[in-house]
Amino acid sequence: MTTTTTPNLAPAPTSALSLSRTTATAARVLRQLRHDPRTIAMMILIPCVMLLLLRYVFDGSPRTFDSIGASLLGIFPLITMFLVTSIATLRERTSGTLERLLAMPLGKGDLIAGYALAFGVLAIIQSALATGLAVWFLGLDVIGSPWLLLLVALLDALLGTALGLFVSAFAASEFQAVQFMPAVIFPQLLLCGLFTPRDNMHPVLETISDVLPMSYAVDGMNEVLRHTDMTATFVRDALIVAGCALLVLGLGAATLRRRTA
Amino acid sequence: MVNKASGPPDDHDDSTDRGPAIPAVHADGLTVVRGPRTVLRGLAFDVPRGQITGLLGPSGCGKSTLMRSIVGTQAKVTGTLDVLGRPAGHPTLRTRIGYVTQAPSVYDDLTVRQNLDYFAAILAPGRAAADRRHSDVTQTITDVDLTTHADSLAGNLSGGQRSRVSLAVALLGAPELLVLDEPTVGLDPVLRRDLWNLFHDIAARRGATLLISSHVMDEAERCHRLLLMREGEILADDTPEALRTRTHADTVEEAFLHLVDQAVEASRAKEPTR
Repeated sequence: MTTTTTPNLAPAPTSALSLSRTTATAARVLRQLRHDPRTIAMMILIPCVMLLLLRYVFDGSPRTFDSIGASLLGIFPLITMFLVTSIATLRERTSGTLERLLAMPLGKGDLIAGYALAFGVLAIIQSALATGLAVWFLGLDVIGSPWLLLLVALLDALLGTALGLFVSAFAASEFQAVQFMPAVIFPQLLLCGLFTPRDNMHPVLETISDVLPMSYAVDGMNEVLRHTDMTATFVRDALIVAGCALLVLGLGAATLRRRTA
Repeated sequence: MVNKASGPPDDHDDSTDRGPAIPAVHADGLTVVRGPRTVLRGLAFDVPRGQITGLLGPSGCGKSTLMRSIVGTQAKVTGTLDVLGRPAGHPTLRTRIGYVTQAPSVYDDLTVRQNLDYFAAILAPGRAAADRRHSDVTQTITDVDLTTHADSLAGNLSGGQRSRVSLAVALLGAPELLVLDEPTVGLDPVLRRDLWNLFHDIAARRGATLLISSHVMDEAERCHRLLLMREGEILADDTPEALRTRTHADTVEEAFLHLVDQAVEASRAKEPTR
C-alpha cells in the first residue's frame, strides 16, 4: 500500500477488506501466540506424536496405517484450528476487544481473514511436519504427491478456522466453546469414512456424510494416497472443502455485529 | 434508526463538519431498548465541543448504554443521535472517536506497545503511516505514564495500569471525541489527578471533546458541564456551578441528591392522578 502524500488526519477508509489491516491482524494473532510457546509446541508436536503412536498400533498391518494415517493428516489440522479459533474468538468477544475493533475502521472481513491467515501459517507448519514425518520416517505409502496432501491439510485447517469462528458466536463461555468440539467435529469424524468406508454405512448416515465437509477432506486424502495424478475426484473434493470453508467464513462474518444489545 | 436533519443548517459543506456551531453530540428523543427494558427514555441533550462533559449517575442508570449508542455499538437505538455532525455509527466516525469501555479491553497476551501498535495499524494502516504510528504510540504511552512498562505484558499489569493501556488505545490518532466509560475507577488519588490533568490538556490543546462517565461525584467538579442521569432519564444538564447555585447546594453530590428527591416526589405526585 503506497499512499505517500496523504494529509495527516485523513480518515482511513473502511473497506470490506484491507490488505494492511488484514496482515496487521494476522501479525497480532501470531504475536499473541508467540507469548504462549507451550500452545505452539502442543499444536505442532501432538499430531506428530499421534502419527507415531498410530504407526506402531498398526505395526502388523501397514495398509491400515496408510489409509488411517492419510486421513488423520487431514483431520488433525481441522480439529486443532477449530479449537484454537473458537477459543481465540470467544476471548476476543468476552474481553471487549472485538467491540473496540468493530468501533474502529476494521472491516469484518479483515478480522476474519487475519485470523484465517495467522492460523493458516500455523497449519502449514503443523501439516508440513506431520506429513514429512509420516511419509519419510513412518513409511506412509503415498502414491500421489505429498504436496497435494499438504494442500488438503491446509484447506482442512481453513475449514477448521471457519467452523471455530462460526460456533464461537453461539458460545457464551469457554466451557460451551469446547463442548462444540464433540458436537460439531465428532459426528463428522464418525461419518467421514475414517472407521469404515462411507458406502458401508446405513443409507441415511451415508446421505448425511455426503453433506459433511470432513467426508470430502478424507476422500481427497485417499485420492492422493491411491493415484499418481491429480484426479477429477481430488479436484472436486478439494473444491468442496474450500467452498465449505469460504461459506462458513461468510457465515462467521455475519455473526460479527457492530451493534449489539 | 431515524435520523432527521438536526440543528441549524450549517453554511459550510457537510464534509467540513468541525465548526463549533454543531455540537459534538446532539440527541433528541433518544430511546434504547434492551430486552424487555427501556434503558434510555427519550433523551434530548447536546454535548458542546472542546469541553469536558461529565456523565454522572448511579450504576445501572444507563450511562454505559448512552455511551455505546454514541460510539455506535449499541443496537435498538431510536430517535435522533448525531455525533460530530453525522448519525451515530456512521463509518467515517470510526477514526474520529476514541472509546474506552468500562472493563479494560486490551490483549492480555501482548505487551503494552504491541497492543498499541496493533490498534494504531487499524486506525492508520499501511507502510506509509509507519513513522507517524510509531511516534503516536510512543507519545500515547508517555501520556498515560506507562513508559517504564511499555514492554510488559498487559496481563501482568495491575488493574489501574491495564485500564490506562485501554485509555491509551482510545487516545491513538488524536480523536475529536473521546468517550470514556469510568476511566478513573480503581485508580489511586495521584493517578486520578494526573489523568484529569491529561483530560483537561487534551481538551485545551487539541480542542477535543471529552464525554466522561463516573459515579464518583467529586470528579464532577472537574468537568465543564454535567449531565446528571437517573433511571434512563436526564435530571440536569448544566455547569457544576449553575447546578449548585440552582439547588442551593455546596457540592454537586448534594445537588444531585436534591434533584433525585425532586424527581421522586414529582413521580409520586403523578401516580394517584392515573
